[in-house]
Amino acid sequence: MIDGLLVGSVYGLAAMGLSLIWGVMNVINLTHGAMIALGMFGMYVLFGAITGHPYVLLLPEIGVGLLLGVVVYWVAIHWVIGRPMLMSLLSTFAVNMIIIGIGTAVWTTSPYNVNFNLPGLTVGSYTFTGNHIAAAVAALILALALDLFLRRTRPGKAIRAVSDHREAAELMGISSTTVLSIAFGIGIAMAIASGALVATLFPFTILSGGTYQLKSFVVTVLAGLGKPLGALVAGVLLGLLEGAVTPFMAASWIPLIEFTLFVVVLVAFPRGIFGKVAA
Amino acid sequence: MILRRPSFWLILILSAAFVYLPLRGQNVPLREDLVLVAVAIILSSNLNLMIGYTGYVNFGHIVFYGLGGYIGLYLTTARGWNLVVAALAAGVAVSFLALLFGVGILRLRGAYFALATIGVLQAVQAFVINFDPWGRSTGMYMSFEAYKSWGGAMRALWLDYYLVIGVMALSLILSLAIKISKFGLGLFAIRENEDAASVLGVNTTVYKAIVYSVSAFLPAVAGALMFFKNGMIDPFVAFEFSLSLEGIVMLMLGGQGTVTGAALGAGMYEWLRSFLLTSPKLSDFQLVIAGGLLLVVVLFAPGGLIGWVYRLLPRARGVIE
Repeated sequence: MIDGLLVGSVYGLAAMGLSLIWGVMNVINLTHGAMIALGMFGMYVLFGAITGHPYVLLLPEIGVGLLLGVVVYWVAIHWVIGRPMLMSLLSTFAVNMIIIGIGTAVWTTSPYNVNFNLPGLTVGSYTFTGNHIAAAVAALILALALDLFLRRTRPGKAIRAVSDHREAAELMGISSTTVLSIAFGIGIAMAIASGALVATLFPFTILSGGTYQLKSFVVTVLAGLGKPLGALVAGVLLGLLEGAVTPFMAASWIPLIEFTLFVVVLVAFPRGIFGKVAA
Repeated sequence: MILRRPSFWLILILSAAFVYLPLRGQNVPLREDLVLVAVAIILSSNLNLMIGYTGYVNFGHIVFYGLGGYIGLYLTTARGWNLVVAALAAGVAVSFLALLFGVGILRLRGAYFALATIGVLQAVQAFVINFDPWGRSTGMYMSFEAYKSWGGAMRALWLDYYLVIGVMALSLILSLAIKISKFGLGLFAIRENEDAASVLGVNTTVYKAIVYSVSAFLPAVAGALMFFKNGMIDPFVAFEFSLSLEGIVMLMLGGQGTVTGAALGAGMYEWLRSFLLTSPKLSDFQLVIAGGLLLVVVLFAPGGLIGWVYRLLPRARGVIE
């Protein structure tokens, strides 16, 4: 259960990036899974090269993620904003194919892991692995930082303004393309950070980003689109659900439950569970 | 009348070529190449009914193919049904399921619908992985005996090939028939502006549900035929997400919304892939190149190859549809 809670906060972090991009520019970012995978391998490479503390390595990863996000925005996203949904879906998917293709050529599809262990914490008869706790804490810190950024700083406010009403924001002197590219960069950075955190928890391959991308979709939909903090909460809920169900049935049933829930929630509450309450 | 359309005759000529070419000299390798192209054409042209005609992106189109394969293989091996009957039964069953799903998820629009189709695909796959009669994650195998009633495996495979070509021809004809019908016009209206279409008297809910269910039928039949040919099936092959996405790439490459575009894109993509896979230098970068190509098409030529031809030769619109 508690373990589910910890892993769930990492799901939440991954979904926040997706949710932010969706909310601000109405683009479903299909590069998300590839970026998560890049985050995993980034951690693997950095950890191998510098042997620094993984949670310190998170910072350069986020920096690279921001840059990469801005580059991808200008290559693939900028031209399709405002065109039919299909176009942005396809262009992000094309970028996804390119990244996965390069990743497969470099690292093949065999599993890797980051060999790093923090001492666990024992409470009564339960032991929590240190990595899980640290990952959850890191995810929470990043999530809160993003929330503060969006609420309190000027660029953050500009992002929210553009997502509320693009023309009005433009009239107030906000350069919406700059804002969009930054927002996309932040979204990608979030995906990469969550990938880096996942890398400290489980073994991974270049293709495992796909699983987390799908989980991110589930979480984003549960939370309602474009609600980053809601995504964090929904991520934790999803983790809890996984943790709570595991003792009672085989793990292979979990995806069925998740995706059935996903479709049902989509159809019943297209604005998300939290969206419904807020509206 | 469909007979007056040049495209109709093009489709027949193409199908005849597919039948004739491998038959000459009993060329089995060519047949195996062509059957993949035919399946690609079946998938992309039925996907075109949703994406190109109606404007609804279906990411989980492969679910029809996989379910058809499962039902077909189950009926032929466990129940001993005739292949043709089993394939048709698979088509009907999957269409019916699609109608049920469709009524639910077609209330969603745009991106929400696209996401829901991913959800349906993953949920069905997860269900099949846990479904005992269908062999859970190991899938099902067909004994060699099953081919006996067809006069041996060799004859059975040839027959199966012709059936697949038949389904391919039907898919293209179906696309054409829908395109020139009133039903097709309704779909185009939904694509352009769903609210306006509904105000003007198009029953959008019914139209969408029907086209979703129709687009499931032939892929399911093709799935039943193909997995009969392969002799085995498992949930990871049957419901492969990337195959679903490749269908979209093919469609974009050729030109969405056109009958020939779907076929052309499928053929080109299959050719490109076999070229890349066999080239020693490029085989690692197959995905990269396909992705780059897709990006270029999306950014610079959203009409695909056929859209480009239309722009060069506006008159071609009447001939190539």
